[in-house]
Amino acid sequence: MRNEKEIRDLFPLLDIKVNERPLIYFDNAATTQKSREVIAEIEKFYLHENSNIHRGVHHLSQISTDNFEKTRTTVQNFINAEYNHEIIFTKGTTESINLLASCYREILKKDDEIIISEMEHHSNIVPWQICCQNTGAKLKIIPIDINGNLDLKIFKKLLNSKTKLVAITHISNSLGTINPIENIIKLSHEKNAKVLIDGAQSAAHVKIDVQSLDADFYCFSAHKLFGPTGVGVLYGKEKLLNLLPPYQGGGEMIKDVSFEKTTYAPLPFKFEAGTPNICGVVAFKKAIELIKRIGIDKIQEHEDKLLAYATKKLKKIKGLKIYGEAELKSAIISFNIDGIHHYDLGLILDKMGIAIRTGHHCTQPVMKKFKIAGTARISFAYYNTFDEIDECVKAIEKAKKMLL
Amino acid sequence: MNISIEEIEKEIIEEFELFDNWIDKYEYLIDLGKSLPKIEEHEKTAENIISGCQSQVWLNAKKKDNKVHFFADSDAIMTKGIIAILIRVLSHQEPKEIINANLDFINTIGLKEQLSPTRANGLVSMIKKMKIYALGFEKIL
Repeated sequence: MRNEKEIRDLFPLLDIKVNERPLIYFDNAATTQKSREVIAEIEKFYLHENSNIHRGVHHLSQISTDNFEKTRTTVQNFINAEYNHEIIFTKGTTESINLLASCYREILKKDDEIIISEMEHHSNIVPWQICCQNTGAKLKIIPIDINGNLDLKIFKKLLNSKTKLVAITHISNSLGTINPIENIIKLSHEKNAKVLIDGAQSAAHVKIDVQSLDADFYCFSAHKLFGPTGVGVLYGKEKLLNLLPPYQGGGEMIKDVSFEKTTYAPLPFKFEAGTPNICGVVAFKKAIELIKRIGIDKIQEHEDKLLAYATKKLKKIKGLKIYGEAELKSAIISFNIDGIHHYDLGLILDKMGIAIRTGHHCTQPVMKKFKIAGTARISFAYYNTFDEIDECVKAIEKAKKMLL
Repeated sequence: MNISIEEIEKEIIEEFELFDNWIDKYEYLIDLGKSLPKIEEHEKTAENIISGCQSQVWLNAKKKDNKVHFFADSDAIMTKGIIAILIRVLSHQEPKEIINANLDFINTIGLKEQLSPTRANGLVSMIKKMKIYALGFEKIL
């Protein structure tokens, strides 16, 4: 729809220099840059609209409430949820998962089972471990193969009538694997297990339709799709959210409070105690609108090309090994170079203005699987270019010369 | 006569003044890292590992003639370069001197600003561990 320069102009921070070199931002799986419209909306909110939401009778409160609720409907349409009250605002994917895990703590019984996978981010492991410790439920793990694919044969064996929940990432943040979530959901439902999809790495990159997926729960963060930090979404089917106990107690989430008995507010407010990140939620709408304007298909098409191009060029670097070579892969490349510590590489690339991430990427079980301490990780967004990849490859060659 | 911590710091500051760009400075650190003697695998224990680094650092210390001798290793070469500098400053010194060293040279040679915050935290952890060793030896005396 637009040319490269127009797209990059939408993101003002892409234009800065780091260490006197033009910034090359390849850390999009950690967080994406923010669009001008998102930034302007944040300013506009505090200059013209700031007020607490809901229950306010005054002018400003009505404006901020309206705008807050408009984002809810925008998110609903973005992921094709049936109702807008199925969209719960949280502070991020991590809180969305913790919210659900905290509710499941009240529901699960001893010997119930939760299935996760070996490629999960720590935030989709630890909440379930805590949940299991508290309930006596068991955590089962789907292993991955050497290319970073889930072993679905083992998954089928793990599924049984005790399985209450399957919590799986849509896209692996360290390997880039796009998991066959449609199939996972179908198989889980055959055993009456509910499914949570961790969409932290997918919402800005692939189309999400929770109804056609038949996902029970789906979560993601605004900041990974050009929106502000501190805003996340938990989608849940109305019926299921109504069955869950509340998460945090406080204002907003109640209907009536007395010392004898408190009744809870209907969805979505039952799960939104306290004053939320109003400004962040309001500005998030601008980020989704941008994605819609560009078109998620266009985004995916461009990122696929970046991935293919970068993979081909990186593989030409002698001694470079890529971790995660699933057939269906998102624009994330984890790698190491023989004899070079990923951290040394990251430091030198930073000096050349290139932002990558190094370490275990909060997926220590994946690192353990590959018997490594960590990787260097490049992750793309729609605004990245082929020229940037060329520059990065040159910089890696230079770093290699310095370090070896 | 032993060279004091301050004198070594001054030497290092003078050496770093010769570098006018980051590449030279980093290459120097890489060389220092490469020249630091490795420590034995069996000495890389859970007790002497330093947290706070993206890379791992193992630090051992021994006392001889009331002087502390440090031995360190890391899986990352730049980290090894940094620790080599710290060893050059603090090794072969008396525990009291190590405990009292304020190590201002780190800011002067731009190690703290040159390296990422994560890395600077690692640097703080390294110094802390070295001082803890010295404190331990001081108490044994």
